[in-house]
Amino acid sequence: MAGSVLEIKNLHVSIEDTEILKGVDLTIKGGEFHAVMGPNGTGKSTLASAIMGHPLYEITEGSVTLNGEDVLEMEVDERARAGLFLAMQYPSEVSGVTTSDFLRSAINAHREEGDEIPLMEFIKELDEALDLLEIDKSMATRYLNEGFSGGEKKRNEILQLLMLKPEIAILDEIDSGLDIDALKIVAKAINKMRDDKFGTLIITHYQRLLNYIEPDFVHVMMQGRIVKSGGPELAKRLEAEGYEWIKEELGIEDETVGQNA
Amino acid sequence: MTVGTKLSFDKAYIEQFSKDRNEPDWMREIRLDAIERAETLEMPKPDKTTIRNWNFTDFNHDYKTGDAVSNIKDLPEVLQEYFDAEKAPENLIIQRNHSVAYQALSDDLKEKGVIFTDLFTAVREHGDLVKKYFMTEDGVSVDEHKLTALHAALVNGGVFLYIPENVQIDTPIQTIFWQEDAEITLVNHVLIVADKNSSLTYVENYISHNDENETVANVISEVYALDGAKIAYGAVDNFAAATTTYVNRRGIAGRDATIDWALGQMNDGNTISDNTTRLVGDNSTSQAKAVSVGRGNQTQNFTTTLHHYGKHTDGFILQRGVMTEASTAIFNAIGKIEHGGTKSNSEQESRVLMLSERARGDANPILLIDEDDVTAGHAASVGRVDPVQMYYLKSRGIPEEEARRLLIHGFLDPVVSQLPIESVKEQLKQVIERKVN
Ligand SMILES: Nc1ncnc2c1ncn2[C@@H]1O[C@H](COP(=O)(O)OP(=O)(O)OP(=O)(O)O)[C@@H](O)[C@H]1O
Ligand SMILES: [Mg+2]
Repeated sequence: MAGSVLEIKNLHVSIEDTEILKGVDLTIKGGEFHAVMGPNGTGKSTLASAIMGHPLYEITEGSVTLNGEDVLEMEVDERARAGLFLAMQYPSEVSGVTTSDFLRSAINAHREEGDEIPLMEFIKELDEALDLLEIDKSMATRYLNEGFSGGEKKRNEILQLLMLKPEIAILDEIDSGLDIDALKIVAKAINKMRDDKFGTLIITHYQRLLNYIEPDFVHVMMQGRIVKSGGPELAKRLEAEGYEWIKEELGIEDETVGQNA
Repeated sequence: MTVGTKLSFDKAYIEQFSKDRNEPDWMREIRLDAIERAETLEMPKPDKTTIRNWNFTDFNHDYKTGDAVSNIKDLPEVLQEYFDAEKAPENLIIQRNHSVAYQALSDDLKEKGVIFTDLFTAVREHGDLVKKYFMTEDGVSVDEHKLTALHAALVNGGVFLYIPENVQIDTPIQTIFWQEDAEITLVNHVLIVADKNSSLTYVENYISHNDENETVANVISEVYALDGAKIAYGAVDNFAAATTTYVNRRGIAGRDATIDWALGQMNDGNTISDNTTRLVGDNSTSQAKAVSVGRGNQTQNFTTTLHHYGKHTDGFILQRGVMTEASTAIFNAIGKIEHGGTKSNSEQESRVLMLSERARGDANPILLIDEDDVTAGHAASVGRVDPVQMYYLKSRGIPEEEARRLLIHGFLDPVVSQLPIESVKEQLKQVIERKVN
């Protein structure tokens, strides 16, 4: 069986009555790696948050489906259990809940009642994931993200990705805050997940990450829309030349979401 | 409804009560003097809570024994979750109503001179020690207010724990005060003296089941850490809804001494709690941590005070409260540095989590500083469950209810995790679970 399909059609999203996304179309299939790039404030995180169901974002038009099922009708936790995952640009700090307890609850939430993961199996999987990501074991017993450095938070998001094994993952700037060695480690872990059952949408500002994780498709966001799509060569050109040429091509003066073409 | 055989206590009653316990004269005199003072002393005045209509003075004081057992496994089911029967706790006193039901102290500690016994036995057999520390000016004095005086006059249960100089105890010492019968009253006194350079961990539970039958608990702990001693004191209070509780836990720390508290305040009835630690000696330290969950219509007032007298003293207050249903609670945190307490540091953090529109909670940070060369800080907040945190947990597949549960337990964890006995910690988690659902 092939992997899952996440289909986003004509998605409009508002935050506090301001429209941020103005019609996004994008389909991600199992086995595909998509990259979304674009200047600051153009709606990339908004797209990710709206798909996951962040309480502040309101969908005003359009649809999101996962294997034909209406994602927007689902509660946030149902979306996750249906196979979606979002590595957040700014993960919350959760005082008093250890990373390990949190992960165990999350894994068990994905399983049937009465079929909870045996403790030894959990510890083994956790240890393997920590080793793969070269994360200090002590992180598992620290409170979730509390006092973590920027890079530690990002690695913790990837740790959760590895443990939860979603079918479609959105990774929002997982490279920001990572040093060069950590970037390679994280890229290695994500590449290990690559198979025809796993699709991902990688939001990034830098070609650097894409040197390690080769995308199949690259999309550029401006003004709350995907304004250009292409292959890996598009990312390389953006790295070399910036966004100016796209703006000229499309006649865009101000790329942020407040503006219209 | 309060139906007691004795609703007021005169000198003749007290005289007889003391005689029945075979108490020495000095103890009887403390009681008689105290009952006289109780007549005229005022009630305590907890900040921001009115207790005018609370009944602390009219109750059934009858002394009631509970059955003793020789094997800990013979204790009723309701108690089994408070200790680990399989491991047979080495140092444990279980008080059932007003008498000892089970008692253990390891040979090792006996040989080292540790005294761990019920208060009545201690008064008879270790009179000099008890007299030196029981309700004096240094600790909780008889005449602080009406309830301390009533306590001294009517004390009808409790334990005495003495750790000799230089004795370090690794295994926790545990007490369980179980009010088995609904209609009785606990006037319970815990007296702990850790002599110079000794160390110990002590954990207590208060349990009652009188959801209907109104009664009173008047509980005082006096905890002395002499020079260089270290005490870790854990407690879980779980008096039922119809108990009106006054609980006063007082620490007195000598030079280089430490007293750390971890209090789980889970009463279901109206409660006044005072936890004050006097940092008397130079370099003494205290961490006073407490959690509470309010439910039903109960009103509670928690005041945690660190009173710095010595130089270079260091104190930290941490209070966490979760308020459900129509409960009300005030959390007062007081850091008080006296003139002369140079280079001392007094920090505090009080946070209240509101889970219901009808609940009321207030965190009240107070710093009273009479010395220039010190540091101090406070943080206080009253808030609701953070929707963005909820979103984060749910985004990993954790359902709403479970996510809320995790956040609530997490909120209380900085104190719960400090309890040094696993069974007590687990039991507290279960109580929290019951109270927030
Ligand atoms: N709470 C909010 N209230 C008002 N505007 C908001 C809010 N959150 C985001 N926005 C606006 O929405 C727009 C899109 O934000 P978004 O976070 O999606 O950008 P982004 O493309 O992810 O940017 P970056 O590359 O900097 O992460 C921005 O102009 C931002 O200011
Ligand atoms: Mg962003």
